[in-house]
Amino acid sequence: MIRTAAAILRKDLAIELRTKESVPAMTLFTVVVFVLFHFGLDRDSLDGELASGVLWVTLLLAAVIGVSRLFATEREQGGLDGLLLAPVDRTALWLAKATALFLYLTVLELVAVPAFAVLMLGPDLLPALPVLIPVLLLANVGLAAIGALVSALAVETRARELIVPLLLLPLVVPLLIASASVTEPVLRGSQQAEDLGRWLGLLSLYDVVFVLIAIAVFDFLLDD
Amino acid sequence: MPALPLDEAGKYVAGAYVTLFSFVVLYLSIMASKVARIERELTDLADLSERDKAPGETPDETRDGEPVG
Amino acid sequence: MYSKGLKPVSIATVVVVAIWLAMVFFYAPLDADQGFVQKIFYVHVPLAIVALCGFVAGGIFGLLHLRSRDRSYDMKSYVAIHMSIIFGCVVLITGAIWAKAAWGHWWVWDEPVLVSFLVVFLLYCVYYPLRFSIEDPDRQARYSSVFAIAAGAFVPINFAAVRMAESFTHPRVLSQTGGSMPGEMRLTFFVGILAVTLLFVTLWKFEMTSKNASMQLKRLRRRLEATA
Repeated sequence: MIRTAAAILRKDLAIELRTKESVPAMTLFTVVVFVLFHFGLDRDSLDGELASGVLWVTLLLAAVIGVSRLFATEREQGGLDGLLLAPVDRTALWLAKATALFLYLTVLELVAVPAFAVLMLGPDLLPALPVLIPVLLLANVGLAAIGALVSALAVETRARELIVPLLLLPLVVPLLIASASVTEPVLRGSQQAEDLGRWLGLLSLYDVVFVLIAIAVFDFLLDD
Repeated sequence: MPALPLDEAGKYVAGAYVTLFSFVVLYLSIMASKVARIERELTDLADLSERDKAPGETPDETRDGEPVG
Repeated sequence: MYSKGLKPVSIATVVVVAIWLAMVFFYAPLDADQGFVQKIFYVHVPLAIVALCGFVAGGIFGLLHLRSRDRSYDMKSYVAIHMSIIFGCVVLITGAIWAKAAWGHWWVWDEPVLVSFLVVFLLYCVYYPLRFSIEDPDRQARYSSVFAIAAGAFVPINFAAVRMAESFTHPRVLSQTGGSMPGEMRLTFFVGILAVTLLFVTLWKFEMTSKNASMQLKRLRRRLEATA
């Protein structure tokens, strides 16, 4: 199963590297939204909970774009039937898509977080990184697991572009709450993270639950 | 905020319970129209099943004389 | 046959609801802090609890559907979720009324249960567009069940997360009524839960009966029109 997933993942990454459809769009979108926030909030610099909120909400909205595009190649070029006819575990498909989304989000954040620091952040970014990086990675796991599931749920519906954000965003509210709460104090200058253990625990619990659920139900999707 | 006096409080409490009551009654009226439609369709189908049997034939046979089955 | 047991359940509902309302207004004592306004608690909270249980039940029916491929479970899941959304509307409206009466605002963000409920409600509202945008009936049932399971699992996690967030910044207001309730209030509250649960079950059975009747009618019509 892992080998199948790896093969699908390699294909997806190859396509993405060649066509550059998802990640640059997500990144550009993120930076544009930062600029919008600058005008909307009429602020030159943010710190604390405002910074945390703007950063996380923008990342979530960019994730919506990634999720919508996740099965795009299969949909547009009909590769889905080929994958489904092959005698492979459907879960391999989920694993490949979730891993791809995780990688897209991580690459996105490699650009977006420094961009955020340059454009909007008041305090220094570097002292915040030891907390920010684990939180981003944990959040990406949850987003990837749920995103792959939601993308598959929406792949057959007529109203795909509407369903994906409406499904994805409420489901990631706990993830947003945990991530933003942890990020908030560290973006306030040299403040220590509060209750780091509890929030990371909630994030991990969330990740585990939704990875398990996704693995359990994914087989029932994408039948022809 | 200090507790509202009884006459004002009464309006809010009444509002809450009236909301529940209204939704239940609204639901009942929707179900009523569904039952009405079921009655209409049943009548239609009863007419349809009787029309298939030309007058004078026993109820068990179609016009062709073959058993309904 | 979903109408089986519908009559006894509906009679039980009428009786228990009557007892419940009588207890709310004649038996339960007046709250020291909020006065008469606190009576809204007896309708708002049981409705919320039953609605959430209804969502989880929808998820369980969804799971049963996927495991047995029996489409009647999908119908049970759909109706449970449908009922819970309707109950959820009443929860949010009565919650707003209570918030306005007790704290002066139609909505308060520092009540974690209300906020969690809003998020859950918004999520389940997407059930309809998802379900009805899939045309193939078999796929529609399967995808709805997948959603019901994922969303059903989401409910407890969401409540945990919001509760954690709010308890750090705001004291939980509802816990004052929850923690040190006198016995009469507690009893009235439990009778309320029973009453609302019976109401949910009655309406659920009612809806299932109606849907089943329509399906049987379709079946009959197909047969009659084929031999016409």
